[in-house]
Amino acid sequence: MGVAIKIDNVTKIYDGNNIVIDGLSEDIRPGELFTLLGPSGCGKTTLLRMIIGFNTIEKGQISVNGKVVNDIPTNRRNMGMVFQNYAVFPHMNVRDNVAYGLKTRKMPKAERYKKVDEILKLVKMDAYADRMPAQLSGGQQQRIALARAIVIEPDVLLMDEPLSNLDAKLRVEMRNVIKRIQAQVGITTVYVTHDQEEALAISDRIAVMNGGVIQQTGTPKHIYQRPANEFVSGFIGLSNFMDAAVRDGALDFGCGYQVPMGTLKADAPERVHVAIRPEEFLIRPKGEPGIPVTVRSSVFLGMTLHYFVTRRDGQEMEVVVPSDLNEIIPDGTEVSLQIVREKVNVFDAGSRVSVIREGA
Amino acid sequence: MKRKYSPVWTFLSLGILALFIIFVVYPLAMVLYRSVLDPASGKLTFENFTRFFGKKYYTNTLRNSFAVTIVATLISAALGLIMAYLTKQYRVRGSAALNICIIVSYLSPPFIGAYAWIQLLGRNGLITRFINSLFHVQFGGIYGFAGIVLVFSLQSFPLIYMYVCGALESLDNSLNEAAESLGANNVQRVTGIILPLVLPTVLASALLVFMRVFSDFGTPMLIGEGFRTFPVVLYNQFMGEVSNDSYFAAALCVIIMLITLFFFFLQRWMARRHSYSMSALKPMQPRDQRPLPKFLTHLVVYAVVLLALLPQITVILTSFLKESTPGMFTSQFTLDNYVTIFSKNKLVIPNTYLYGLCAIVLIIVIGVLVAYLAVRRRSVITSTMDTLTMLPYIIPGSVLGICFLYAFAKPPLALTGTAAIIIISLAVRRMPYTIRSSTAIISQISPSVEEAAVSLGASELKSFAEVTLPMMMSGVVSGAIMSWVTVISELSSSIMLYRASTQTLTVSVYTEVIRDCFGNAAAYSTILTLTSVLSLLLFFKITGRRDISV
Ligand SMILES: Nc1ncnc2c1ncn2[C@@H]1O[C@H](COP(=O)(O)OP(=O)(O)OP(=O)(O)O)[C@@H](O)[C@H]1O
Ligand SMILES: [Mg+2]
Repeated sequence: MGVAIKIDNVTKIYDGNNIVIDGLSEDIRPGELFTLLGPSGCGKTTLLRMIIGFNTIEKGQISVNGKVVNDIPTNRRNMGMVFQNYAVFPHMNVRDNVAYGLKTRKMPKAERYKKVDEILKLVKMDAYADRMPAQLSGGQQQRIALARAIVIEPDVLLMDEPLSNLDAKLRVEMRNVIKRIQAQVGITTVYVTHDQEEALAISDRIAVMNGGVIQQTGTPKHIYQRPANEFVSGFIGLSNFMDAAVRDGALDFGCGYQVPMGTLKADAPERVHVAIRPEEFLIRPKGEPGIPVTVRSSVFLGMTLHYFVTRRDGQEMEVVVPSDLNEIIPDGTEVSLQIVREKVNVFDAGSRVSVIREGA
Repeated sequence: MKRKYSPVWTFLSLGILALFIIFVVYPLAMVLYRSVLDPASGKLTFENFTRFFGKKYYTNTLRNSFAVTIVATLISAALGLIMAYLTKQYRVRGSAALNICIIVSYLSPPFIGAYAWIQLLGRNGLITRFINSLFHVQFGGIYGFAGIVLVFSLQSFPLIYMYVCGALESLDNSLNEAAESLGANNVQRVTGIILPLVLPTVLASALLVFMRVFSDFGTPMLIGEGFRTFPVVLYNQFMGEVSNDSYFAAALCVIIMLITLFFFFLQRWMARRHSYSMSALKPMQPRDQRPLPKFLTHLVVYAVVLLALLPQITVILTSFLKESTPGMFTSQFTLDNYVTIFSKNKLVIPNTYLYGLCAIVLIIVIGVLVAYLAVRRRSVITSTMDTLTMLPYIIPGSVLGICFLYAFAKPPLALTGTAAIIIISLAVRRMPYTIRSSTAIISQISPSVEEAAVSLGASELKSFAEVTLPMMMSGVVSGAIMSWVTVISELSSSIMLYRASTQTLTVSVYTEVIRDCFGNAAAYSTILTLTSVLSLLLFFKITGRRDISV
């Protein structure tokens, strides 16, 4: 099982003149859980609906397993979809909801119900088979929606923010359910979300989108640790940005603090932006080499300790350290910040594209 | 903890309760009493009922009524459903205008449709003569069962159309898309998903149509000829010059009320039991079709709307034509009809507007208060009041008229023949609609808004008047315009209660038709239609909406 999806230079134009996606290409690998992640309005839903056929494709083509699907109507594409609002049919009980897709495929009744019962077991809803949707919680409805979409053994499974209507705890539980089941059945899955944590937790690969353009595609780890540009760096996780200059392969922060870097490209420009995540700082006593800052306040969160600090020029930054038995640094203390050089990311101040070497 | 409310509310509740006891309960009780009274001995008797059910002549009318009503309701449901689906699912040119046309055709009194269809398909009807000369046949025109069904179907489908449109709007498009992604084709999707989901709405609205059609007497009176329905017999029993037996008529009133009561509760039960709470994030978007299906969709939609509007069009056109003999219109333009009606009874038009306005004021003031008290000041008194105000909903108009005549013939409340009795009957009949819609509006306003005002030092009455009332006003005003349109087209109770001095437009249309003065009838009803259309446009303008809720 598992098919490849090839998105080849597709364009979406709404109402004749509103270009939302302009020449987007992407390859989705067989059996992977591929996530489209991006801010609201960036075109994730639009792209997803082009894959399943609810949206027309104005230019370019989408192929599944090498076959162009542009002109195949949705009901013959054999793709399953899980909707944000579940879209469970309110007039059918759980069993009939899940059986619906098999019924349209004219599967004999006995076989149909056998299969439905199997899937309901898989999503742990077999005890609810005779309930009506109105008697189910949001999480349970979402399981039904998932079961209904995968029972037809679709070539592709599409999910548009399937967890956004659930409360925080259920969201975590359900994303594990989705990940487990997806891995078990191995259907190529395209998952849309604007929640980065969810994307990191669930995906095999993530495509970060902005303004209808894919900014970067990669594994969660790679995207987090080596963002391709400043947008991705700022969108995934938290980054403190600082201006710096590159001299002889070292970063010069301009306050007497220079860090030799082994990760920069040979042709890195002079003016750069350095993105440092809160956990990529080391706090040193005042006077040691580093960026001089003043501690403004601190928050103790158990596992970690957050410091909010200010640079001389007034820039505010956040620093996170693992909590230990030492005293918390009092507000107003002046300290020096060093950076973990292997981890930080550096971007061209002009183009805002990463200047970190491939593979570093 | 029980909160202590200001006693003003109790006084108001008691006042309104008293009004409803005098103007609803008492008249009803009078009819009930008469239906089982033996006038000679003054004793209790069921003779009137046994007489009704013992004679085939009478029971046949019940059978006829059920027959026309069931057939007309089924056809209306089918038409309404198809029209709603086509206009919501597919892009239809001019759908906003079509929507208004459908509403207009619904708002005109059914009997006008009957009389217009006689002009077209009656013995000497335009279409009848055309068919007969074309095919050399002797088609006698459409009367009786077929005629009544035709008129009621075309007149009633808009109600179902409006309800189903509302249901389709609350159906989230993702349900359609889910079905499609699961492999359903269009037919499977419509029969398996859309139809079952709107079916509760169809049933509920079909029962409303059923009640309306069952109790209407104007249409079968005009176009029924030999085909007697129950309301016709009721009217004749009461108004007939030959055999009028008011005790027997009272029994008929009781029978028809029991029937409508049954369907009222059936409707309520259906509406509660078989409904899915749906709310659409993204309603269905009208789709484009390929040329041939698109042409067929337009053909069906426009044909049905044209048929529904044909009575209105006929009436308006004939109002400007000269008659050679009664009912035979020439192609000569004239304003005679208007000149005649304006010189004849100068009171008709002022009466209509004046009574309508007075009734609307009563409806709004009392309706809003009842709704407010029933929602916010729940007590035994207010819930009794709430139930009582729903009673007129199940009383057919002609029955209410008869009730009033029995109840208010003698002092201390000798109202027969006055304007007051007409205004009160109009107000009582249309009140339930305003109460229902106001109740819905109030339920959506959070009580804490008013509590905030009280906590800031306003009195309860003041906070009602200055906080809740303004928030309700836009909803109430739009509701009032709709009530106004239904008030001025009311016939069945006014026809029982009117005198020459209190004649209104609908009554005039009816009496002119009965007298075969079709030109005058057309002129009267054109004025009525014009008023309705203008009011409707005003409604759309004020509310910014493109549909109405009924
Ligand atoms: N049917 C439509 N007609 C016209 N414009 C549309 C339509 N659907 C979406 N758009 C526009 O296309 C852009 C992308 O919308 P889309 O729904 O794909 O965003 P999204 O990334 O899914 O956002 P969100 O996270 O808020 O769901 C938006 O600017 C939106 O206004
Ligand atoms: Mg979206």
